[in-house]
Parts: sequence; C-alpha cells; structure tokens
Amino acid sequence: MPKLFEILTREELAPKTIMFNIFAPTVARAIQGGQFIILRVSANGERIPISISGWNRNEGSIRIIIMAAGRTSAEAIMLKVGDCFQDIVGPLGKRSHVEELDGTAVLIGGGYGTGAIIPTARDLKALGNKVIGIVGARNKDLLLLQDEMNEVCDEVIPTTNDGSMGIEGFVTHGLAKVIEREKVSYVLAVGPVPMMKAVSEMTRPNGIQTWVSLNAIMVDGTGMCGACRCTVGGKTQFACFHGPDFNGHEVNFEELQARQKMFQVQEKIALEQLNEVLV
Amino acid sequence: MKDQKPKLKPKEKMKIQRTEMPERTAEERVLGFGEVPLGFSEDLAEIEALRCLDCKDPKCMVGCPVGIDIPAFLKKVEDGDFAGAIAKIRETNFLPAICGRVCPQDQQCELTCIVGKKNKPLSIGNLERFVADYEREHGLRVTPEIEAPTGFSVAVVGSGPAGLTAAYELRKRGHEVTVYEAFHRAGGVLVYGIPRFRLPLDIIDEDVKALEEMGVNFEFNTIIGKSMTLDEMLSKEFGFDAIFIGTGAGLPKMLNIKGENLNGIYSANEYLTRIYLMGADRFPDNVTPLNQGKKVGVIGAGNTAMDVARTAKRLGAEVTVYYRRSKEEAPARTEELRHAMEEFINFKFLSNPVEFVGDEDYFVKKIVCDEMKLGEPDDSGRRRPTPTGKQFVDEVDTVIFSLGCNVNPLIPDSTPEIVTNKWGVVLVNEETLETSKKGVFAGGDIITGGAKVITAMGQAKIAARSIHHYLTEKTAKHTYFAKEVESV
Ligand SMILES: Cc1cc2nc3c(=O)[nH]c(=O)nc-3n(C[C@H](O)[C@H](O)[C@H](O)COP(=O)(O)OP(=O)(O)OC[C@H]3O[C@@H](n4cnc5c(N)ncnc54)[C@H](O)[C@@H]3O)c2cc1C
Ligand SMILES: Cc1cc2nc3c(=O)[nH]c(=O)nc-3n(C[C@H](O)[C@H](O)[C@H](O)COP(=O)(O)OP(=O)(O)OC[C@H]3O[C@@H](n4cnc5c(N)ncnc54)[C@H](O)[C@@H]3O)c2cc1C
Ligand code: SF4
Ligand code: SF4
Ligand code: FES
Repeated sequence: MPKLFEILTREELAPKTIMFNIFAPTVARAIQGGQFIILRVSANGERIPISISGWNRNEGSIRIIIMAAGRTSAEAIMLKVGDCFQDIVGPLGKRSHVEELDGTAVLIGGGYGTGAIIPTARDLKALGNKVIGIVGARNKDLLLLQDEMNEVCDEVIPTTNDGSMGIEGFVTHGLAKVIEREKVSYVLAVGPVPMMKAVSEMTRPNGIQTWVSLNAIMVDGTGMCGACRCTVGGKTQFACFHGPDFNGHEVNFEELQARQKMFQVQEKIALEQLNEVLV
Repeated sequence: MKDQKPKLKPKEKMKIQRTEMPERTAEERVLGFGEVPLGFSEDLAEIEALRCLDCKDPKCMVGCPVGIDIPAFLKKVEDGDFAGAIAKIRETNFLPAICGRVCPQDQQCELTCIVGKKNKPLSIGNLERFVADYEREHGLRVTPEIEAPTGFSVAVVGSGPAGLTAAYELRKRGHEVTVYEAFHRAGGVLVYGIPRFRLPLDIIDEDVKALEEMGVNFEFNTIIGKSMTLDEMLSKEFGFDAIFIGTGAGLPKMLNIKGENLNGIYSANEYLTRIYLMGADRFPDNVTPLNQGKKVGVIGAGNTAMDVARTAKRLGAEVTVYYRRSKEEAPARTEELRHAMEEFINFKFLSNPVEFVGDEDYFVKKIVCDEMKLGEPDDSGRRRPTPTGKQFVDEVDTVIFSLGCNVNPLIPDSTPEIVTNKWGVVLVNEETLETSKKGVFAGGDIITGGAKVITAMGQAKIAARSIHHYLTEKTAKHTYFAKEVESV
C-alpha cells in the first residue's frame, strides 16, 4: 500500500502546471465535485486550498492540479512520484450545485479551474443535461485536459487570447456565442477573479443561474478563523464553509480581489527565500 | 529534615502570608514568548502548602470541576512528598500541568478555599503546577494501568481538553479509542488559542504522548461531518460502538459594521492560529505569513482579547484595547487584565467601534468609535452602554476582533439528528451527556458554547463514564432529554 499522501503519478500539463494523483483515502472516499482540500508541503509549511479535479475511490486516490503562483505552490510542484505531502485534509466546502435543467449548462474553467469543473460537468451530464465546457488560456499550449473535457461535455469551446486555438479572446466571448444561440439555464465559472466577474456580469441581464467558486485566502478551511470572509448579497460569508460556490450576481468581487492581496509583501519575501535556497 | 517542621495551629496558619509565584518583569516578558510565572522552588511550595487547614469538609474541592482531593495533595506537598502529591492529583485530573497554569483558580477552587475568608486563599493552582512540573522534570510519570480489553471501540472527535480527557478515561477502562482531529496536531485551543507565554507547547505534547503510550490512536487531518459522518462511523464500515464529540466552539463572531472585511482585520481565531499553530511569528522560516502593523487595535476585553493584545505586544506593536463598557464590566480575569496593563497595553474603555476606514489598497487605517456611557443594567446584570453622541477616530493598521465564538455547525449540519439550540449549542442529557442521537455523547465548548479547560475536562469525564455504562450494560438505552448545560 502507498504511504499516506504519497504521490502516485505526476504529469506536467503546461509550464508550472502539474497534475498529481495522491494517495489520500479519507478524502477520496467522500469527496464530491466542487469541493476542495487543504494541503501542506512541509512541516513548516503554509496551508493552501486546492480544488479536486478527480478521484478514484477504490484506489483511495485524489487528483489535483497545481499552478505555481508563489512559494508554497512552487514547492508543491517540485515534489516527485513517491514523495509525500505533509498533510492533506478534506473534503472541504460544499458540493457544487447540480440539478435537472430545462436548458443548457455551461461550465467555464480558467487556469486550474478547468480541472475543477470536470467532476461537476460529469455530474450534470449524468442527470441528463446538455453540458458545454468553455476553457480559456493565453495560448493553445496552456489549455488543459482537452481530451477529458471532450469526454465529459457535449461540446467544448476553447478560447485563447492569441487565437492560437478556438475562439480568439476570453471565455466570455465563447459564453456570448452560446447564450446567443441557445437557452442557457446554468453557468459555473472557476478561475481567476476577473474571469468570474466578467462571466457574472454577462449572465446578469438574462438572470441565468450563475455560480462562481471563490478563491479567498484560507487558513483552517472549516469556518473557524474567518480569513476567507467574502461579501455576498451584502452579507459576510465564509468561502470555505458557506461556499466555495456562491451566486455570482451577488458577490463583491472587488473586495475579494483586494483581500487576495493582504499578504502580498510577505508572499514576495517567502518566494525569495525559496529562490535563495534553490540557487 | 521533613519532620522538623513546626506543628502550627489553624489560627497560626491563617496568619501566614500567601507565597506568590515569582514572575518575570513586564519589561523582560514583552521581549519574548517565555512563560510569565517562573514556578515555585521546593521550599516555597512546602511553605505555601503548610497554610492548608486540612479541612474536614474541604470547600476548595467543591470549586474544582474534576474534584481533585486538594487537602490530600497539599499535605503531601507540605511533607515534601512531591511524587505522592502528583499521584494524588492524577487520580482525578489527567492534565495537571495544564490546569495548574490555565484554570481561573480565583473563580474556582481558590474562590471557595476557607482560608480566603480571612486571608488570601491557598495557592492551589500554582502548587498543582509545581508538582506536575516536578513530575515531568524528574521523569516520574507512569503509564496508568489499562483494564482488560472490552472489545468495544469508541471514536473521540476533537483533540482539545475535552477530547483528550475522554480518550484517557475511555482507554483506561479497556476500550479501543481513536481520536479524530481536523488539524495536523492535537491540543485544540490549548495549542492554537492559549499563548505560549501562558502554556508552553511541550507540556501539551507530553500529555498527548502519554495517551499514545496508552494505546490511543490519533487520526489527524480528518474532519468529522466532512471526511465521514457520525452514521458512517457507527456503521460496519468503521465499526465504532459509541462516539464522543468534543469539537469546541468555532465560528468567530464579527460586529457587522462598515469596513470590517478590510485587509489587516483579523478574528482572534485567525490571528492566534497563524501564530500559535502555524508559527507565523517565525516567518519566513515558517511559511505562514502574518501582516501585523505598528498600531494594533484589539476589540473586546475578555480573556481572549488579553491573549491577543499581549501577543501583539510581543510582536512589537503598540496595542490598544477598545471595549464598549468600563473596566469593571470587562469579562477578562483580574489577573489577565493586570498582566496586560503591566505590559504597556493601552485601554480605551467606553469605546464602541462603529466603522473602519481603509486606504486605496483596502488596508485598514482608521477606527471610528462611539464614546459610550453606562445606563441601566441589562439581562446580564451589567450596566448597558449607550452612545454619548460623541465619536473619536484613532489610527490603526491592524485590528483583531475578540468577541467570542458561535458553535461550529459542521457536525449538526451533517447529522440533523443531533439537536441543538438556536445558537448551535448541542443539547444533551444533563446527567449522562448523551446527545439526541443514540450512542453519541458530547462535552466541552460544543455543549456550553464556550467555557473553560477544566469544565470541558469535567464533562468529558462524565461522558466517558456514561459511554462505559452504555457499552457494558446490556440494557443500556438512549437517555437523551434535551437540556442545555449551563456554562459555568
Ligand atoms: C477553494 C480554492 C480552490 C483552489 N484551487 C486551486 C487549484 O486547484 N489549483 C491551484 O493551483 N490553485 C488553487 N487555488 C489557489 C491556491 O490556493 C493559491 O494559488 C495558493 O494558495 C498560492 O499559495 P503560494 O504560497 O504558492 O503563493 P503566494 O505567493 O503565497 O500567493 C499567491 C496568491 O495566492 C493566494 N493565496 C495565498 N495564500 C493563500 C491561501 N492560504 N489560501 C488561498 N489563497 C492563497 C493569494 O491571493 C495570493 O495573492 C485555490 C484556492 C481556493 C480558495
Ligand atoms: C484565546 C483563548 C484563551 C483561553 N484561555 C483559557 C484559560 O486560560 N483557561 C481556561 O480554562 N480556558 C481558556 N479558554 C477556553 C478553553 O480553551 C476552552 O474552553 C477549551 O479549550 C474547550 O475545550 P474543548 O475540548 O471543548 O474544545 P477545543 O479546545 O476547541 O478543541 C476542539 C478540537 O476539535 C477539533 N475539531 C473541531 N471540529 C472538528 C471536526 N468536525 N472533526 C474533527 N475535529 C474537529 C478542533 O480542531 C480542536 O482541536 C481560552 C480560549 C481561548 C480561545
Ligand atoms: S484543576 Fe483547576 S479548579 Fe481543580 S484544583 Fe486544579 S486549579 Fe483548581
Ligand atoms: S478549603 Fe483551603 S484550607 Fe481547606 S482544605 Fe481546601 S485548600 Fe485547605
Ligand atoms: S478558512 Fe478559516 S474560516 Fe474559512
């Protein structure tokens, strides 16, 4: 049997973007689409939240995608097959909302979000819904998991900023096309805040049910600390506990984006310290 | 040597002054996280214990939620038999080094000590701490005897004082015990709440190690209600015969005022967890960051607020405590208030924060307060603060909320059978501490909404006894009838 939190497979999907399969049976037995884990890379490490993009309950393994953004994610992607994460705790947060819809479901992923929407795309399809995936990246080499997206969606619309594949532009260009041509009754967007905000603005006039997964800064992930608080519908909500998915039309994205910068100065110091060690 | 001590009459004993434990000076202690009290020497401990009248009807014991045989242990201290003293304490208290340090003795055993009527009461907490430290420093700790295996297995949820005590009591009675903890280490609030200058980490770790040596299993990184439900635990899959819930109070309360989500504003839970669980005071060697400015405002004047203020001071800030009532109403213990005041912390009483103002980068810069005055007493008997109409503005770059907690609803949410009151406090049978779900018992802050270490321990002992009874009596039945346990 593998060791707890041992890395079973490691695959580079794009530069600085690694997909891991990890032995974490407690998480694997209960995890559902839209939920996340919190991991630590080392005993003196920080706790960072990471979405789940798949699992194998029999094997007791979970699949995550980490994009190096700073110190801890950079340390994480350096781990090799056979190495172990220090801690993995989960599942955390609530499952993404799924239901039988009278129109199309559009699932939008940017960056690591492409992995995060896969389980929910599968769930929605299993309920008999038509599911369209829209995935965005700067260029075609950065588009993730295209085969798997094609498998779990009825249609996949890639968008690239440089037009190297699919629609040139942003995910919202893809979304506009879909809304124009058919009835959309559900949108889920997971990715950078500006993307989730733009998607929510686009669906607001039509009143389309729109979910966004809020990537607030977290510590415990269980509702104990309040680090992840966001304003939704004028009320303070804890992203880890009440979410991570919220009604995109009610989220105060400006506040979320500002709060993500709370530790900017420290993050730079931490990354520099790692780089010094590596040189 | 020991028997050369004079035999004193009660009247004479009553006249001896209480021996206070030596403390570091305030100037010295704000420089680091070392313990404030320095401990008794053997001589000082013996002299202090000598003051005990060895009462026939020891009132001190009434004040101790776990019922330590206080006169018996004090007698042994007086005789210099420190090993005997700790053995006596260990008959009823599994965490003496912790309780000796963090019990609010002045509201418990020392409040009811008879000597306190004429003189200062016996220094029971400090003596308990002394003998527990003596045991640790002299390697005298013995693994307690475990009864023959019963074949039953019990899950304990949470590793705070309630969970640790329940695990100890259940394991001693011969049951298999597994403790599930959400974090990566054991201790609960003992670790991520109570500061190191009041409770060093190695003391908690020793007690956890002792449990491991007794054969208690610890499963970390597991959140009951998320990783698995109570029903699953009681099913064949996990095969537990009973469950003890000791998950504490969790959800921090906020004020719901303008600007409270600005950067630089923390709950006490977040602030203390970053420092004491994640070690942010040693950033970047520990990677968890803390962004503390030069001017820190602490909101609230309870014990947690004092812990936060004193911590912020040690990390180099100028600290001001804002509290909407006056000093007399402050919920913090006198000793905690005294320590904070000695440590150069400013207090602004009758100051009620109404708004925070931030800069263009969304960082808090100012706190706006209503000046208050005290009116008629409210339900709690404390005089109700009302605004005078005047306001003042202070500059701050960090604010920490210490307004207490609501109970974390993770477990009741995932198991609707668990009945709670409207504040989320889990309701139990007052005598057995069984919840509305058969075979599931609870104790600690989850059933009080927030109390004390020793109360949590006392409840865990009661629950463990009930669980034992529930498991071993073939006729055991569900005893639940809704009752809130008063937070004493
Ligand atoms: C619910 C959720 C799901 C996520 N899923 C994924 C995922 O599947 N894959 C992935 O690569 N990333 C994911 N993230 C983002 C990931 O947590 C951050 O990239 C990571 O914490 C950055 O840490 P760092 O030390 O590498 O970088 P830093 O330099 O410390 O930070 C870079 C940025 O990441 C954010 N961040 C920093 N610390 C935290 C923290 N403790 N919690 C949350 N955000 C933080 C901040 O906004 C910061 O500006 C998710 C975040 C959330 C909240
Ligand atoms: C800053 C501060 C200072 C204090 N100072 C004192 C003092 O000086 N003296 C005193 O007597 N009392 C003090 N208290 C109060 C005292 O700490 C608590 O009353 C006591 O810790 C309660 O114990 P507990 O075991 O019920 O809960 P906790 O100590 O809160 O432990 C609960 C444990 O359960 C875990 N948990 C929670 N949910 C789950 C879940 N779903 N699954 C698995 N694990 C879970 C938590 O991570 C935690 O480890 C203080 C409290 C604070 C916050
Ligand atoms: S455990 Fe607490 S209340 Fe009991 S004797 Fe010790 S200090 Fe006093
Ligand atoms: S009440 Fe005071 S004097 Fe009497 S036995 Fe207890 S500690 Fe000793
Ligand atoms: S991360 Fe602590 S409450 Fe959400």
